[in-house]
Amino acid sequence: MTEYMRRDRRWHPPGYAPGYKSTILRSPRRALLSLEQSVGETSGPVFGHSTITDSDRDLIANYSTGGEAIGERIIVHGQVLDENARPVPNALLEIWQANAGGRYRHVKDGYVAALDPNFGGCGRCMTDENGYYSFRTIKPGPYPWRNDGSDWRPAHIHLSIFGAAFTQRLITQFYFEGDPLIPLCPIVNTIADPAAIDMLVARLDMGNTVPFDCLTWRWDIVLRGRRSTFFENRPEGN
Amino acid sequence: MPVKYLKETPSQTAGPYVHIGTCPSAAGLNVRTQEKPNVLAAAGTAERIRIEGVVLDGSGTPVHDGMLEIWQADTKGKYNAKGFTGWGRAVADFKTGEWAFETVKPGATPYRDGRQQAPHVTLLVFARGINIHLHTRMYFPEDEAAHATDPVLAAVPPDQRHTLIARREKRGGETVYRLDIHLQGDKETVFFDF
Ligand SMILES: [Fe+2]
Repeated sequence: MTEYMRRDRRWHPPGYAPGYKSTILRSPRRALLSLEQSVGETSGPVFGHSTITDSDRDLIANYSTGGEAIGERIIVHGQVLDENARPVPNALLEIWQANAGGRYRHVKDGYVAALDPNFGGCGRCMTDENGYYSFRTIKPGPYPWRNDGSDWRPAHIHLSIFGAAFTQRLITQFYFEGDPLIPLCPIVNTIADPAAIDMLVARLDMGNTVPFDCLTWRWDIVLRGRRSTFFENRPEGN
Repeated sequence: MPVKYLKETPSQTAGPYVHIGTCPSAAGLNVRTQEKPNVLAAAGTAERIRIEGVVLDGSGTPVHDGMLEIWQADTKGKYNAKGFTGWGRAVADFKTGEWAFETVKPGATPYRDGRQQAPHVTLLVFARGINIHLHTRMYFPEDEAAHATDPVLAAVPPDQRHTLIARREKRGGETVYRLDIHLQGDKETVFFDF
């Protein structure tokens, strides 16, 4: 049975992070119960490339009502690795984001910024055999939210990632290098270590820019790594 | 210097608009409307069950914006079984916070040392205000004998085990298991770090 290295809970944001007020009533007060993994944790759903179409990873066009989405055209790409620096192939990435004005196409988003009739903000893609992924979209706008009065989220894209096992499950967000709103954001600041925050900041990748079309940003992702099992009894049935 | 590994990408909250990327039709997007990610077993499946509940915050208020994922073995206790994905996703109702899965009851599965684990499903909870998803399990109330020897339940303090065990009822011929998940407070659910 494959097992995974422990999750470093001091590196991740804690459940209770009062600077982000919504965590106050939604965080457990008891310590998490730490246990070793069995097959239910070390396995996970298998998603096929066949279920994903090319339009799924083109957010500029995949919600078109006749035209293309408005905004800065960008490509986001990177590699999904594990903590052992091994590529993670066949990882499913699900993507959601606001439009160029900072408005989500969601029944619950009432921000005054206009909806873009040609932008849904929903996409997905899978990593190839070397762990690489890419998608095309428009750069999302910052938007206000109620925390300490009107806070502003830095431009960000949400991602949900499935690796090979449920222990690798991760939902996160990435930001764009140089955005002055990053250090002001209460959600970013739930993470204590600046080096951890830095892992959520995509870098401008001029070398891979598409001439006269799209700027390109690079964002690599690291999932939990497999652990070698030395001198350990192999459980039956695994 | 100890051996260096890459650090895991840190988690951030799924936020209130998680549905756009994970269950787009729930967000109001007219895409993938045919997908029913909370249905693991189609209507008419023998032994079909319903698992339902609500996620409550520390003030007892239902979480209306959450998304839950389930991961489970098939009726024989096999993960990734042919013809049964074992994975699903449910959206908390925007008004009531109610979520539900239509699935089958899993069989017993092996623990790491080969002992049996009582039938259970894994549940992950994502929502605004949850910085890193919460991982819990739901066990079935009729398996009392198996609970007594379950290695994971054995690690849970006895007075907290009930937070992982569903209530069972019959509803119009269907067996319904209900488990409310309490994020905080006196009834706080046990959450795991695997
Ligand atoms: Fe957002």
